[in-house]
Amino acid sequence: MDGTIQAAEMMNSGAEAILRALKAQGVDTIFGYPGGAVLPIYDAIFQQNEIRHILVRHEQAAVHAAEGYARSTGKVGCVLVTSGPGATNAVTGLVDALMDSVPLVCLTGQVPTHLIGNDAFQEADTTGITRPATKHNYLVKRADDLVRVIHEAFHVARTGRPGPVVVDLPKDILIGPAPYREPAHVQHRSYRPRTEPDPRRIEEAVALLKRARRPVVYAGGGIINAGPEASRLLAEFVRMTGFPCTNTLMALGAFPASDGQFLGMLGMHGTYEANWAMHDCDVMLNIGARFDDRVTGRLNAFSPGSKKIHVDIDPSNVNKSVAVDVAVIGDALAVLKALIAAWKQDGTVQDRGALAQWWQQIDVWRSKNSLRYTQSRDTGAIIKPQYAIEQLYKATRGRDTYVTTEVGQHQMWAAQYFKFEKPNHWMTSGGLGTMGYGLPAAMGVQVAHPDALVIDIAGEASILMNIQEMGTLAQYRLPVKIFILNNRYMGMVRQWQELLHGSRYSQSYSEALPDFVKLAESFHAVGLRAEKVDDLDRVIAEMLAVDKPVIADICVDEKENVFPMIPSGAPHNEMLLGPEHKGHDKPGVTDAGMALV
Amino acid sequence: MRSATISVLVENESGVLARVIGLFSGRGYNIDSLTVAPVERDGSKSRITIVTQGTEMVIEQIKAQLDRLVPVYKVLDLTEGPHLSRELALIKVLGTGEKRAEALRLADAFRARVIDATTESFTFELTGATDKLDAFLDLMRPVGLAEVSRTGVAAIARGVGTIE
Ligand SMILES: Cc1ncc(C[n+]2csc(CCOP(=O)(O)OP(=O)(O)O)c2C)c(N)n1
Ligand SMILES: [Mg+2]
Repeated sequence: MDGTIQAAEMMNSGAEAILRALKAQGVDTIFGYPGGAVLPIYDAIFQQNEIRHILVRHEQAAVHAAEGYARSTGKVGCVLVTSGPGATNAVTGLVDALMDSVPLVCLTGQVPTHLIGNDAFQEADTTGITRPATKHNYLVKRADDLVRVIHEAFHVARTGRPGPVVVDLPKDILIGPAPYREPAHVQHRSYRPRTEPDPRRIEEAVALLKRARRPVVYAGGGIINAGPEASRLLAEFVRMTGFPCTNTLMALGAFPASDGQFLGMLGMHGTYEANWAMHDCDVMLNIGARFDDRVTGRLNAFSPGSKKIHVDIDPSNVNKSVAVDVAVIGDALAVLKALIAAWKQDGTVQDRGALAQWWQQIDVWRSKNSLRYTQSRDTGAIIKPQYAIEQLYKATRGRDTYVTTEVGQHQMWAAQYFKFEKPNHWMTSGGLGTMGYGLPAAMGVQVAHPDALVIDIAGEASILMNIQEMGTLAQYRLPVKIFILNNRYMGMVRQWQELLHGSRYSQSYSEALPDFVKLAESFHAVGLRAEKVDDLDRVIAEMLAVDKPVIADICVDEKENVFPMIPSGAPHNEMLLGPEHKGHDKPGVTDAGMALV
Repeated sequence: MRSATISVLVENESGVLARVIGLFSGRGYNIDSLTVAPVERDGSKSRITIVTQGTEMVIEQIKAQLDRLVPVYKVLDLTEGPHLSRELALIKVLGTGEKRAEALRLADAFRARVIDATTESFTFELTGATDKLDAFLDLMRPVGLAEVSRTGVAAIARGVGTIE
């Protein structure tokens, strides 16, 4: 990084210099956990009031909390953990952030420089371990480099395709004096991400789009990362073109779910209309998505007849799995601006007749109503998980609601039945699929938005993976609502075993579960339970009325499966529909498909 | 499938080679040869030359993935144009009598230099393209080839163009 040439000011300790750099970077919250190697930073935190430290109960949770904070605010999340086990505990969170492009800076303690390589107490090769787990990482070996590296870490985390950055800090660097410099203007020597698109590619894209007869817009998490303005422009573009729009799991909220042009989520558990539109379209505009295998299904059968335009800030995402016709490298916001301008400029008249026919076809697919399910209203009837989400959504409409999830069937039902109108209100672990993400992520969201309603839609198995964070909720009075769809199974595992492994439910029953009501109470929270459909609305209302953390244990149908489903290795047009749909058949999963996850 | 010779100009900092190698192993790409050395007078930049194989799509991926690494300045696929590749090998051949004379004759034909000799051995130094080195080693095998040390490929584009 050049451009930090102003006179340096000597700080008493590296730890103080770090805190000053964090403040200069706009950090107001650190999620962390102390230990020997980072005590100097904890001492510096003690002696100031500008930065708030949230003490988690496990380092993995610190990282997920910072992810929730970052994804709900658009800011860089900040984590502080000690050397050795502190750093290794953080690794799952780092990979999670890497896969989902979440900007984080994680400061890790390290043994003093002269002990590195000696198998010292609580030494781990943190930069070695986290190299493939981060966008970039640093080991600071000289006090002179310390502040530059911290500023640079934030720059790298936030720009281009965002991601997690680790800064490993030997204890002697934290204790000894260190020079402080302002981040002046950050210009990295080798790192120069491209954000402005090539105008020629924009013209080519618009030429294809104007002539499209069966277009579809496939929008991904890149839109969310480009900021709320990008979501606004996406809606503007979709409305001015009259095109249908589908969102990936990561992008829910980027386009308003209530809009008539929204086809719902696509992919393995996407709607019938979204996946068929992808399969049958003639021009596909992918903005900020990466042709993930959960979206494409079998590659050689993926949208066989379409011209594909791919907008991505990361050139390595282009032509990785799906060959495209026009690649536009740039930030989604800059590209959407350029697309809208070029669309207005291009004199070609759209074939509105063809588009109307396409919408007729889409309406036929829509009329399948692929998310249909039946909830019995008889007294004492068992709760369908889909119904629980719909009732939760209805009860929270109109409120500023943020939803996080764990991983499993409940995550998919949340994605299918909870409707998001705005970006940054939905946080889920998409790329890594990390059980245990939702509770700490919700904690981070609630810290950033103290007055908002924050709900973790959970499964009874996932929630136990970071349940210790109930303590953090209590300590900081974070009124997070944990809404457990308790099906007494690792439902998603059970579903695959039912469909692919002859219903041999190996190790997927949630045996010896805790009493979640008592568990909540022992953590100073409120515990509620709904056992029958008659209890559901009352429990939801009570949960929403309490200004405290709540666990709502919603006992749901144990055997329910997530539909529609594109089995691994199958093409989009071989989607399975639920038992509601007549003629529902068993999946035609090939041997190759069985090998996929 | 094709072979590609890729030059990567990197910031000369610790861990940069590990990043490049980790990228190849983590994503399952081949490395046929990899060389690295500082190239700037102040030692601030190094040049890594990688010879790899893959389909066109995989090679494009490799280049894009390399370019994404924070300490990478420039990625250049030399195989896209005319370029020069050289490798150096040190080759130890053991033998006496007629085999020894044959080894010397072959070395002469390939312009390999003798850089060490005993009554029972020669050590040759040979520079050239990879296939020339391979051919020489094939011929030396029946004559008493005992040990080889190769540098891997260094490469540069022909003409006035430079990597920066
Ligand atoms: C850390 C981790 N371990 C294992 C898995 C594999 N896995 C995916 S879903 C799932 C079951 C989740 O069960 P539960 O939380 O009860 O959710 P449900 O599917 O029942 O809604 C498992 C084990 C995972 N995603 N993450
Ligand atoms: Mg479950």
